[in-house]
Amino acid sequence: MELFTNQVLAGIATGAIYACMALAVVMIYQAIDHLNFAQGEMAMFSTFISWQLMQWGIPYWWAFLATLIISFAGGIAIERLLFKPLAKAPILTNVAGFIALYGIINSVAGLIWDFTIKQYPTPFGSSPFLGSQLISTHQAGMIGVTVLLLILLFLFFQYTRIGLAMRAAAALPESARLVGINTSWMIALGWGMASAIGAIAGILIAPVVFLEPNMMLGVLLYGFAAAVLGGLTSPLGAVVGGFLVGVFENLAGTYIPGVGNELKLPIALALIITVLVFKPAGLFGRPIVKRV
Amino acid sequence: MSAVDDVVTEAPAVEAVPKRAMTLGLGTSLVVLAALVIAPVFVKNFIIFQMTMLLIYGLAVLALNILTGGSGQFSLGQSAFYAVGAYTSAILMEHVGMNYALTLPIAGIICFAFGFLFGQPALRLSGVYLALATFALATAMPQLLKLGFFEHWTGGVQGLVVTKPDAPFGLPMSQDMWLYYFTLVITIGIYIASVNLLRSRSGRAFMAIRDNEIAASAMGVDVALYKTLAFGVSAGITGVAGGLGAIAVQFVAPDGYTIVLSISLFLGMVVGGVGWLPGSIVGSAFIIFVPNIAEGISKGLSGAVFGVLLFVVIFLVPHGARQVAIVAQQLIGKLRN
Repeated sequence: MELFTNQVLAGIATGAIYACMALAVVMIYQAIDHLNFAQGEMAMFSTFISWQLMQWGIPYWWAFLATLIISFAGGIAIERLLFKPLAKAPILTNVAGFIALYGIINSVAGLIWDFTIKQYPTPFGSSPFLGSQLISTHQAGMIGVTVLLLILLFLFFQYTRIGLAMRAAAALPESARLVGINTSWMIALGWGMASAIGAIAGILIAPVVFLEPNMMLGVLLYGFAAAVLGGLTSPLGAVVGGFLVGVFENLAGTYIPGVGNELKLPIALALIITVLVFKPAGLFGRPIVKRV
Repeated sequence: MSAVDDVVTEAPAVEAVPKRAMTLGLGTSLVVLAALVIAPVFVKNFIIFQMTMLLIYGLAVLALNILTGGSGQFSLGQSAFYAVGAYTSAILMEHVGMNYALTLPIAGIICFAFGFLFGQPALRLSGVYLALATFALATAMPQLLKLGFFEHWTGGVQGLVVTKPDAPFGLPMSQDMWLYYFTLVITIGIYIASVNLLRSRSGRAFMAIRDNEIAASAMGVDVALYKTLAFGVSAGITGVAGGLGAIAVQFVAPDGYTIVLSISLFLGMVVGGVGWLPGSIVGSAFIIFVPNIAEGISKGLSGAVFGVLLFVVIFLVPHGARQVAIVAQQLIGKLRN
């Protein structure tokens, strides 16, 4: 029983990473209706920017703030320059664009900061949290930040004018335009916010997985899986999905014989697909009703 | 009214392609065919090998094109079908001692069954959810092939070495050239069969499902059957391509068939034009040669160069090679008048 509790706790700790990333994935899905495959690389690049700022002697929280602003602007710039011209192109062409962006960012980051693994500082410290060996204060802090972010996003989307406008632009672009919402800029804003949330995720994850250009690959996969499991239309679902995937993965690794590190991902994915077969819109997602 | 229109026009995952635009005209086909037949006589063995791979990947892209361009289902799991085909051929050749040509139909049939069965649970999923399910298949496959349980047959992490066949009947040509012509014949056969499939009753059912699933089922199309059938056909063709690939490369190993292969095939389909079968060969050329070109321009930045080239292509021609073909056709039409 103690093993079980410990594994669940450890699962929640890793789940927090996935939840963070899943939140960024859902954000951009809300705004543009696609999964952005380059999201992880954008987050990685943001994290490198903050690391660079700290190397230049800027204190942690200032670097954090500056990175958020840079990432926000960067996200908008990418949308304006690369994806706005593709707005009319077929969806699959857009997906190819994401893959291209992935290659570009990954390779440029490798060139600027090379592929050696770097330490990344944490503001929360890494001592055991409340006497438990499995969760460090950093991981607890990460869970705290994720939950806080979720609440802020909820308030933003539910109670501000611009949040409402963004939801309208994503749900029914034509009608939103008719009532005077600038849907094009709402999409750009969505990219900016997703990029900033990705930066937060990257900065929180970096102390755990260490900083290097490929650090986000695994995390992004689990983030996608978590977002899909929770339902792509629901930020709450993304966070719950993230924790569930983290716990699933740990329990499968502990209790199913013969499952090493390598089979963890396929098993987690198989479980998610089983869930999806019974609930095709994810756990918290709203099924989309089509009219003919 | 406009809201209803909106829902209808937003529904298809893939843009509708007029049926006639799915193939090349007879004249163009003959020119391309002649070029493919004559070219190997003038080039070195290594280039012949690359041309063989071009045809093999072309087949795999074609298979994805039938699935996505034809029936509107998205798949990132093609590398898994390719792996099953490759391993079927390799195991039959090396453990059973079967003739290489006979292993290909078996690889195709096994992959067809595999794809058909995989299509069953995938029926309930669409769009990103289907992408995730097929993605799971692609990531699981290399790990499954490495399992100790199958090691006697698959050779585990080490993989299997496959012997390259000699030209039969004492024909005076190198192994590479023989394999090229062998692949070319199979590719042409499958291409013609695919074109006819898409023109048949089944093909029209695929496209009806792609364009509007609900309307298709209202018209009496058995949606579940045709969706799984599309998966089966696509997997079967990919399996044959995989078998040919194993023979051409002379080696199969689990890490040769990762998700990266699936993503390449997907890019090949987009560059070639979704739903335009002749574009498959253009897409295949893109995924074989452009990474080499990128590497040639800059070693350290090869990923970035590849990305930029890909962006250039999709900016200039968002609909891929199909768009180029249509523009060319119009130009020729104008010149004639």
